[in-house]
Amino acid sequence: MNTVVCIKQVPDTETLIKVQGAGIVTEGIKWVMNPYDEFAVEEALRQKEKMKAGSVAIVSLGPDRGIEAIRTGLAMGADTAVHVNDAAYYDKADPYATAAALAAAIKGLQYDAIFMGKQAIDDDAAQVPAMLAEMLGIPAITMVVKFEVAADKSTATVTREIEGGQAVVEVPLPAVFSAQKGLNEPRYASLPGIMKAKKKPVDVKTAADLGASEGPKTVVKEMTLPPARQAGKVIAGDDAAAKAKELARILHEEVKIV
Amino acid sequence: MAGTLIYAEVQKGEIKKGSFEVTSKAKELGGDVAVCLIGKGVEGLASQLAKYGADKVYVVDGPEYENYVTEAYVQAFKQVADTVSPAVILASATAQGKDLVPAVAARLGVGAISDCVDLKKEGDKVVAKRPVYAGKAYAMVEAVADPQVIAVRPNSFAVKEVAGAGAVEKAAVSLDASKIKAVVKSIEVAQTDEPDQTEAEIIVSGGRGMKGPENFKMLEDLAKLFGPTATTGASRAAVDAGWREHSYQVGQTGKTVSPNLYIACGISGAIQHLAGMGTSKVIVAINKDAEAPIFQKADYGVVDDLFNVVPALISEIQKVKG
Ligand SMILES: Cc1cc2nc3c(=O)[nH]c(=O)nc-3n(C[C@H](O)[C@H](O)[C@H](O)COP(=O)(O)OP(=O)(O)OC[C@H]3O[C@@H](n4cnc5c(N)ncnc54)[C@H](O)[C@@H]3O)c2cc1C
Repeated sequence: MNTVVCIKQVPDTETLIKVQGAGIVTEGIKWVMNPYDEFAVEEALRQKEKMKAGSVAIVSLGPDRGIEAIRTGLAMGADTAVHVNDAAYYDKADPYATAAALAAAIKGLQYDAIFMGKQAIDDDAAQVPAMLAEMLGIPAITMVVKFEVAADKSTATVTREIEGGQAVVEVPLPAVFSAQKGLNEPRYASLPGIMKAKKKPVDVKTAADLGASEGPKTVVKEMTLPPARQAGKVIAGDDAAAKAKELARILHEEVKIV
Repeated sequence: MAGTLIYAEVQKGEIKKGSFEVTSKAKELGGDVAVCLIGKGVEGLASQLAKYGADKVYVVDGPEYENYVTEAYVQAFKQVADTVSPAVILASATAQGKDLVPAVAARLGVGAISDCVDLKKEGDKVVAKRPVYAGKAYAMVEAVADPQVIAVRPNSFAVKEVAGAGAVEKAAVSLDASKIKAVVKSIEVAQTDEPDQTEAEIIVSGGRGMKGPENFKMLEDLAKLFGPTATTGASRAAVDAGWREHSYQVGQTGKTVSPNLYIACGISGAIQHLAGMGTSKVIVAINKDAEAPIFQKADYGVVDDLFNVVPALISEIQKVKG
């Protein structure tokens, strides 16, 4: 099975975020592969291993530093990569423009399925999978927690998370699948994997090379920090019972919930 | 292009509260408010939307809409959108809304703004406020062209009843079945009266400090005292320990919730947990460690052993309720 995995490099969740105009201060940030994308890479590798054939191609839009996340994917076991390395395009890209660049890069590839994370944990938009599928004219199945493909690779049967439960969906391939936590346990890159990754081919393109000229459809006008929360009130009392009594009073009289 | 078109979602035969919330907000923002209601046997629900500000409800009703299938719903919604030609499209960012909205936007050739917590009108533009970087910052975002497609986090706006009855019209929609490729084979939804965490107004959540699955019973009891809009939640530590199912998990790799009241019991308040509940209106923390980071986010904190506090709280609330 041939698969494409779309990945994004994002700040590690523990990173302190400082805002600046309509963006964030990028110095001092520790960058990692988006955690949901790790599920996507893992699933692509498992499908290839199960079928004992095929290839896994990583596609990523990002500036120079994005290569580190791409190398992580290659070290996990992906075979090739396309790096749409275009800082100017990336800086302005909204989900629509991102999907347009990925679609342009993917058009030249052979694939039965495209895997990606359900959302990137930087802007948390969760839009690119559906938009990419629309641009490629194939179905998108989001929030996938289980993936199985027919032996002839014509269809996939997947379980997706829905509100309050799960739905089993059958879809003809190719299609886009967005990975939710629970799909698998991503492997760590092994040392030999990391060594091998250095020699794997990475095709570097600009958005213009790919003919992706679509501008962003939404703009961030300003970035702000959340207002500092007022210092919370620590509920005083001689013992747990007294504190509980006071909390019940507050919920009743101040929060007006009880 | 003018006015707003809303996607109204139906689950278990009822319109979701989030759909009423965006309808009320659309009314407040001004202009005509149209709603597109899709499902099987949903026509009878349409008049409810008028109560919250819909001037006109377009109903797409048929057996082919019994189960949500993205492509069928996108086709139907787009045809209604083409008729209405709205300046703004709003939906509640429920699990279904998150799936539908970007697909609709891409089909209309426009962008989308996800999971917003506030909207404000500036001239012809709706400026949307949304949390980014796990709630560590807010982005103010606007669309460059109409329709401006926006999904709103449930519980961000109040529902407000208005006078006047909206018109209900059956929308003439034709589906291109050849493009509907995904087939829903089965659906398994837990039979529970509890609201989904994303929609609950009150969440009583437990973490590693709960010490075991059996102790969640006490959080369920507490939640029950708050009525039918309350439910329970969990931290990832509690879910990873196997004490609660993943569907209860609140946080970056779980659900994003915004209830009126969030009670965190035995939860330290890691950044990934805060990412999922930081926009809660009132946060109460019960934790025996006064240094736990959750207290920096909490409006009210009880520093004590939860195994003493929670049972006492249950009996105090029972007393208050009489
Ligand atoms: C990529 C990534 C994604 C993640 N996603 C999520 C997510 O979605 N949701 C999430 O919750 N976490 C998530 N985490 C994990 C997160 O970092 C924390 O590990 C987790 O939230 C800790 O859960 P906890 O607060 O229950 O446990 P702990 O941090 O162990 O805290 C337990 C708390 O209980 C208190 N306590 C113990 N006993 C008692 C008692 N008897 N009475 C009162 N208090 C008591 C302790 O003082 C302590 O503060 C994620 C981590 C990563 C790296």
